[in-house]
Amino acid sequence: MRTENQRAWFFVLPVLALVAFNALVPMMTVVNYSVQETFGNNQFFWEGLGWFEQILRSDRFQAALGRQFLFTFMILIIEVPLGIIVALSMPRKGFWVPVCLVLMALPMLIPWNVVGSMWNIFTLPKIGLLGYFLNDVLGINYDMTQQPLSAWITVIVMDVWHWTSLVVLLCYAGLVSIPDAYYQAAKIDGASPWSVFRYIQLPKMKTVLTIAILLRFMDSFNIYTEPFVLTGGGPGNSTTLLSIDLVKIALGQFDLGPAAAMSLIYFAITLLVSWLFYTLMTKDDAE
Amino acid sequence: MKKRSIIPILYIAFLMLPIYWLVAMSFKTTNEILSGFSLFPQTFTLENYTTIFTDPTWYWGYINSITYVTLNTVLSVCVALPAAYAFSRYRFLGDKQLFFWLLTNRMAPAAVFALPFFQLYSSIGLFDTYLAVALAHTLFNVPLAVWILEGFMRGIPKELDETAYVDGYSFPRFFVTIFLPNIKAGVGVAAFFCFMFSWVEMLLAKTLTAVEAKPIAAVMTRTASSAGYELGLLAAAGTLTIIPGAIVIWFVRNYIARGFAMGRV
Repeated sequence: MRTENQRAWFFVLPVLALVAFNALVPMMTVVNYSVQETFGNNQFFWEGLGWFEQILRSDRFQAALGRQFLFTFMILIIEVPLGIIVALSMPRKGFWVPVCLVLMALPMLIPWNVVGSMWNIFTLPKIGLLGYFLNDVLGINYDMTQQPLSAWITVIVMDVWHWTSLVVLLCYAGLVSIPDAYYQAAKIDGASPWSVFRYIQLPKMKTVLTIAILLRFMDSFNIYTEPFVLTGGGPGNSTTLLSIDLVKIALGQFDLGPAAAMSLIYFAITLLVSWLFYTLMTKDDAE
Repeated sequence: MKKRSIIPILYIAFLMLPIYWLVAMSFKTTNEILSGFSLFPQTFTLENYTTIFTDPTWYWGYINSITYVTLNTVLSVCVALPAAYAFSRYRFLGDKQLFFWLLTNRMAPAAVFALPFFQLYSSIGLFDTYLAVALAHTLFNVPLAVWILEGFMRGIPKELDETAYVDGYSFPRFFVTIFLPNIKAGVGVAAFFCFMFSWVEMLLAKTLTAVEAKPIAAVMTRTASSAGYELGLLAAAGTLTIIPGAIVIWFVRNYIARGFAMGRV
């Protein structure tokens, strides 16, 4: 049991100072910009909530937000079932277990810009393995630099490649914690594979699966580098996700007000999901 | 060989294909890449790697990246250790709120912080230094380290602390000589994940540097956009960035899931 001790604050002080410097100061800058208008020369004018209204009403933001939700939805609907299937069919013990784990974790350790470059090289028509195979062997007209649909599929497959292993590893960690006795009992009862999954494996995976889904939601919602390097948001604006659009406005055009308002709206959405994550996690700790 | 092992095999093959292609491309000459398709390098060349190891712009990219990543890892783990101890052992005013607030920083979109970080670190004169990137990356790595270490520390029974105090150990001596060796694995896992997340992040690293501390990622994107797209060179540079992670992952293989789940598995 943890004991009540207010002096514990001294232990968290370094973390507090560091993260406050990194999180609070920039956040205040953003809040400041979001309610002001500037014409350069460091002159600022009170703007109120005008930027928020403008952003929320702008077609550009709505389109980017729509693309972002579609992207995240596709990611979850593909990666979660695929991750569960792979985790269920992995060996439980023996030499191959660590080999599988390490090979599966490998894509997650690659710098995000390299992931983008790698998929670019992999999918280029004529040059890339996939681009060559689809175009010249199967005769499918595929070029992700020209066709929005090809670009979308490539960005999604790239993320499936990059992050499905997270779901696999977490689910697998839940599965190995099931004692053999459970399976033996199920066998004696003559349970079908489906009911073994539904009543033994799925409940045991519940916590880890929740974590996996929330992490995948957050990270795919915040994704920037991989699609930026792969497509640059194109062709046209077809793969311009929320982060890509925000960086374009903030660092490309230096539109401080709209960028700040957009940042806060963006952050509010992530905050809501973090809270959900935390509530679910601590509910489990309490039990 | 059981029938169901076909699924993991297919899945791993899918994971390895783009990596194979990257490695294969790194051994090809620019001529071969542009002239047509070949599954294996026809004229095997180490030219791309030679360029990287002899051109200062390239190899300094790696040195810069490794420097700020190491700095960040040391910083993150050092400040996270006492905090994680506090969270795992004591209840105090606002502990839950603080723990949650830390988490929100791990979840925050890096794109939101790019511009304010640029202004903040420019105004205090740290722009284009290793320290700027190392500090910026603590935004998500300190919360990560605190959560992971707290998970490991909770598994150590409180009796250990109490026995040490009865035996007359002072707190610092207890922490270093008794407690730390008990959570060795946790410190290793936290350090590994801090290293990794700092190593793979590019948006902040690129925004906060110009020349002196330019990370390898920035060197790569500049090569990709200029000089007629030297794919072989790009592939070689990419292959080299995979190596550190690939080597270290073996040592933490039993903790991979735990690390990614922020110590909550």
